[in-house]
Amino acid sequence: MGVQSPRFLPCGDTAVTVEFGTEIDDGLNALCLAFDSALADAAIPGVIETLPTYRSVLVQVDPLVIDMPAFEARVHDLLASLQPSGAPPRRWIIPVVYGGEFGIDLEDVARAHGISPEEVIRRHSSRSYRVAMLGFLPGFCYLSGADPSIALPRRISPRLKTPAGTVSIGGVQALFASVEAPSGWHLLGRTPVRNFLPDRDPVFLVGAGDEVVFKPIPAAAWDDLDAAAAAGESVAELVTS
Amino acid sequence: MIRLLVKDCGAGTSIQDCGRFGYQRYGVGPAGAMDKIALAVANMLVGNDPEAAAIEFTVLGGTFVVEGGPVRVALAGAYAEVRIDGEAVPPLTSATAGDGQSITVGPAKAGTFMVLAVCGGFAVTKDLGSRSFHLRGGLGGLGRAPVRPGQVLPVGGSPQGPDLTATVPPQVSAGAYRVVLGPQDDYFSAAGIATFLGEAYRVSAEADRMGYRLSGPVIEHAKGFNIVSDGIVTGSIQVPGSGEPIVLLADRQTTGGYPKIATIISADLPRFVQQRPGSEMRFAAVSLSDAIAAAREQAAMLTAVRAGLKPVGLGFDTEHLLSVNLVDGWVDAHAPPPEPPLVTAA
Repeated sequence: MGVQSPRFLPCGDTAVTVEFGTEIDDGLNALCLAFDSALADAAIPGVIETLPTYRSVLVQVDPLVIDMPAFEARVHDLLASLQPSGAPPRRWIIPVVYGGEFGIDLEDVARAHGISPEEVIRRHSSRSYRVAMLGFLPGFCYLSGADPSIALPRRISPRLKTPAGTVSIGGVQALFASVEAPSGWHLLGRTPVRNFLPDRDPVFLVGAGDEVVFKPIPAAAWDDLDAAAAAGESVAELVTS
Repeated sequence: MIRLLVKDCGAGTSIQDCGRFGYQRYGVGPAGAMDKIALAVANMLVGNDPEAAAIEFTVLGGTFVVEGGPVRVALAGAYAEVRIDGEAVPPLTSATAGDGQSITVGPAKAGTFMVLAVCGGFAVTKDLGSRSFHLRGGLGGLGRAPVRPGQVLPVGGSPQGPDLTATVPPQVSAGAYRVVLGPQDDYFSAAGIATFLGEAYRVSAEADRMGYRLSGPVIEHAKGFNIVSDGIVTGSIQVPGSGEPIVLLADRQTTGGYPKIATIISADLPRFVQQRPGSEMRFAAVSLSDAIAAAREQAAMLTAVRAGLKPVGLGFDTEHLLSVNLVDGWVDAHAPPPEPPLVTAA
């Protein structure tokens, strides 16, 4: 795994962003996740928690405990001996009802690219995505590996409310959401999967580094799956290879 | 079980502790009390650990009835009157309410957030390691809801020893809010940074536990206003396309795609959040080592407050008489200087 010299960007006295790059890139993201894991193993005094993203790792610290110069030196040591994760990623099959009231922007996305809605669904559901990070709100999965041929800039005017389970695209990013939220992305469909359910064990299903494949399901299947998911079933298929 | 029955309270009332840590990697923000000094001081006055769960009020107070035994309470943060069955409790002092007695917290006379601690804390169920209510995530509080009339809040303990008063009141800094530039200060032009550090900003009407949108001169970006989303901290100042800054606070999102020009230092956040819409402020850049020194000073200040706790009714010393400021009415240490109290005691 290539060792890169990160930038240490101060976030006040309670955090530092260890930045490996500024773009969306699978290699960068893999580096972030491997570094995040190494940081957890290192258990450095004063580190409270870490948040890996597409291209950086936010390290939340206790300013009364952390020794920043020592921390930076330790980061360089960790990076010099960084090992890529040996385990194959977990793969999740996520059922999605596309279009209609479930994906109110499907037709617009199709029209913008001069293709049929069915073709948008085919392109969106015929690939494997990598979960680059969880962020924004509980359980939101930001995916890399989206098809650039259906990419569309974010809406000029964001919607104040989009439903839980929204499956959407924004620019070259793809997302599946877990709770109701404002969004400027384009809504292709909805999944009954609750990626965040506080009373379920586990509370979160899909994590950073996992792979995700979307599987189109008919609208008629929604009610049963949604009820099962609300009751605590995962309704996502976990494929371990 | 000792309980507080909620008779009435303002809409912005919730259970908060020191926050939820370890789940930002899953998109769960920290929540927690907006004014951490208020949480620490209210808790120490009732004999709790500083992080115990308390009630946070936003401007408006509330009324509670004690059920099942005595409850010791104390209020800190924005200044508001506390009464037990109509009898006023001195500021920065705990008091014990017996079974059936009512506890009323008046509206904030200056500042925004008050914290009411009870002995033993509120024994609501923890979600992901914290009792803090988080609206967007539907976590914490009693039944994952804000505090509202009709709720019965379980109290975690009974009063031990005497009521306490703080003879050394909490101190906060004054003047400009100190910031450390970054993490994306390189997304702003030199003129943009000069505007941010040189001009005055006001808290707009869009101010809640998620963040305060500020109004004031537009801050110029240097290379657009979109970054590939990265992590946010409490106190991050992001500048969207409008050029007006947004300070992200306890109920913030965990990641975002706007560049962040600076971060308010942890020692100044308790004072920052107490501002009301219309409050005018300035920012001043400090080094990271100055920010850490300020955090140490604040920890030492809280240690001094704790060391100065005295039992109520054991006689007043000069220090105490000065601290309660009998001539002018108590002046809240958290009240922001630009905003005089709405009501001044005669």
